[in-house]
Amino acid sequence: MTNNRSWIPYLLILPSVAFLALLFIVPLVQTIWLAFSDNGLPSSANAQRMMADINFTRSIKNTFLLTIAVVPVQLAIALAMGTMVAKVGRGRETILWVWTIPLGISDLAAGLVWLSILQNSGYFNSLLLGLGVIERQASWLSYQTPVALFFAIAVAEIWRGTAIVMVIIVAGLNQVPKEFKEAAEIFGAGPWTRFWRITLPLIRPALQSALILRTVLAFEVFAVVYALGGRNFPVLVGEAYNWQNQNQNYGVAAAYAVLIMIISLAATLIYLKAIKVDPERLP
Amino acid sequence: MSAQITSTANPEGFVSSRRWLLWSGIAALCAWVLVPIYLVALGALGGRQGVYQWPKTGLPTGISLDPFILFLKTEGVLQSFLNSLGAAGITVALSILLGAPAGYALARYNFHGKDSYRLLVLLTRAFPLAILALPLTVSFIKLGLYDTIIGVGLIHTVLALPFAALVTQGIFMGVPRELEEAAWVFGCTRVQAFFKIVAPLALPGIVATAVFAFVISWNEVFAASVLTVRNRTLTAYLLTVLSESPMHYRFAGGLMLILPSVVFIFAVRRYLFAIWGISSK
Repeated sequence: MTNNRSWIPYLLILPSVAFLALLFIVPLVQTIWLAFSDNGLPSSANAQRMMADINFTRSIKNTFLLTIAVVPVQLAIALAMGTMVAKVGRGRETILWVWTIPLGISDLAAGLVWLSILQNSGYFNSLLLGLGVIERQASWLSYQTPVALFFAIAVAEIWRGTAIVMVIIVAGLNQVPKEFKEAAEIFGAGPWTRFWRITLPLIRPALQSALILRTVLAFEVFAVVYALGGRNFPVLVGEAYNWQNQNQNYGVAAAYAVLIMIISLAATLIYLKAIKVDPERLP
Repeated sequence: MSAQITSTANPEGFVSSRRWLLWSGIAALCAWVLVPIYLVALGALGGRQGVYQWPKTGLPTGISLDPFILFLKTEGVLQSFLNSLGAAGITVALSILLGAPAGYALARYNFHGKDSYRLLVLLTRAFPLAILALPLTVSFIKLGLYDTIIGVGLIHTVLALPFAALVTQGIFMGVPRELEEAAWVFGCTRVQAFFKIVAPLALPGIVATAVFAFVISWNEVFAASVLTVRNRTLTAYLLTVLSESPMHYRFAGGLMLILPSVVFIFAVRRYLFAIWGISSK
């Protein structure tokens, strides 16, 4: 707008830059140093100790399986929500509000919500009993039922985390010009063709940000797992928490942290490459 | 629009069955969100008997506020509730104070380093930020911030600040630049113009941003658990007592976590929809 007072914007961003430098960049570097040092010297001891840990492989496997199971389902539900709400006139705001409620619900609370449903004398078992599927209380959340526990955690994560995907997708859908769809309709494209050939390519930026955000958050899954399964289902962040709080070993905890960072960054880069967003072709 | 086109192009029965399918889909997804919350509320208000009642009916029988009040009176609960409010308050104040000026700069000025700043903000999104609590424990112990609500508030601000900067940028871009320029013409200084013209217009959006920062802090578990021992937030408190507490206490804790943020999001839903750009058709 004006060039004569070019120091003003710097003055405005300075506080936040200083804050992020002190509390984001510095601890980030410290985490990396903590992970790859031992008594002040560079060392891979922490990484080795992490990899030798009995829960290491399981926690990687669990975290990845959970991400692979949860993110596509959330995207599908969010797309369904977006297409549905686009066809609604009156009542649209109310429906959107109900669907955004989980945004305010923490993963810990979501875990506790699903605990009330899936515990032994909970509502899910009561329903199964009523349907005649089971005869006595079945256990879904113990270490003896790893598959059921996995599904329980996945359902709780899907329940809680779909709202943010929905918000991003609906915002993306709102920016698709009506003319595109109408033109496709005139040329005889059916609803499925319109969805795959017109809508999906046009909401690429929204898809990209939703996928990156949700995948990074899925790698950080922790409290929902803890609330439902305790330590029966090791995940990466949970292991970092245990090494820090129970074992008081900051080095191995930091090694887990760096591993999560690398995985999140790799996933982000893959999405940026895989879903190319051409700025010239944006609506 | 598309509904009108299909209704003229198709037989009437087909249209109404599609309408029916649409609304049952919407109803099913609404129930998917709401029913679990209703059930945890039953669990929280049903007390010990409610938890072990078998089989359960899903109807509100034998519920009262007493079990929930008993939970509130448990040692540590009220204090951790207040701690959560305190940490969230610090997060809201800091992320608006630091984030809103940055958002204004991004919205109104072109300057060298703008893209680098955006990159810095986006970078924070790609990292599991709560993990930063690990090295910060060491620094916070040195600074005397360990096990304090201020320490928790600071790390929660790292989570909320990038969000606040990006969202307030959108809000300030929505305030017409001409109004501000007109104020300068009529003799206002930049600072006066900002506080008399821009701030009032941007206020609702900033309030919505503040609420979202509140919810981010209110819900965060990992950093709060790592950085505190005695002054725990509600989430950190619940996490540490989780395995020892009876089921109905856990459900009461879950309900207590859910209620404030749901009420807050309800209060500002209109502005939230506006800043996300999802309300207009």
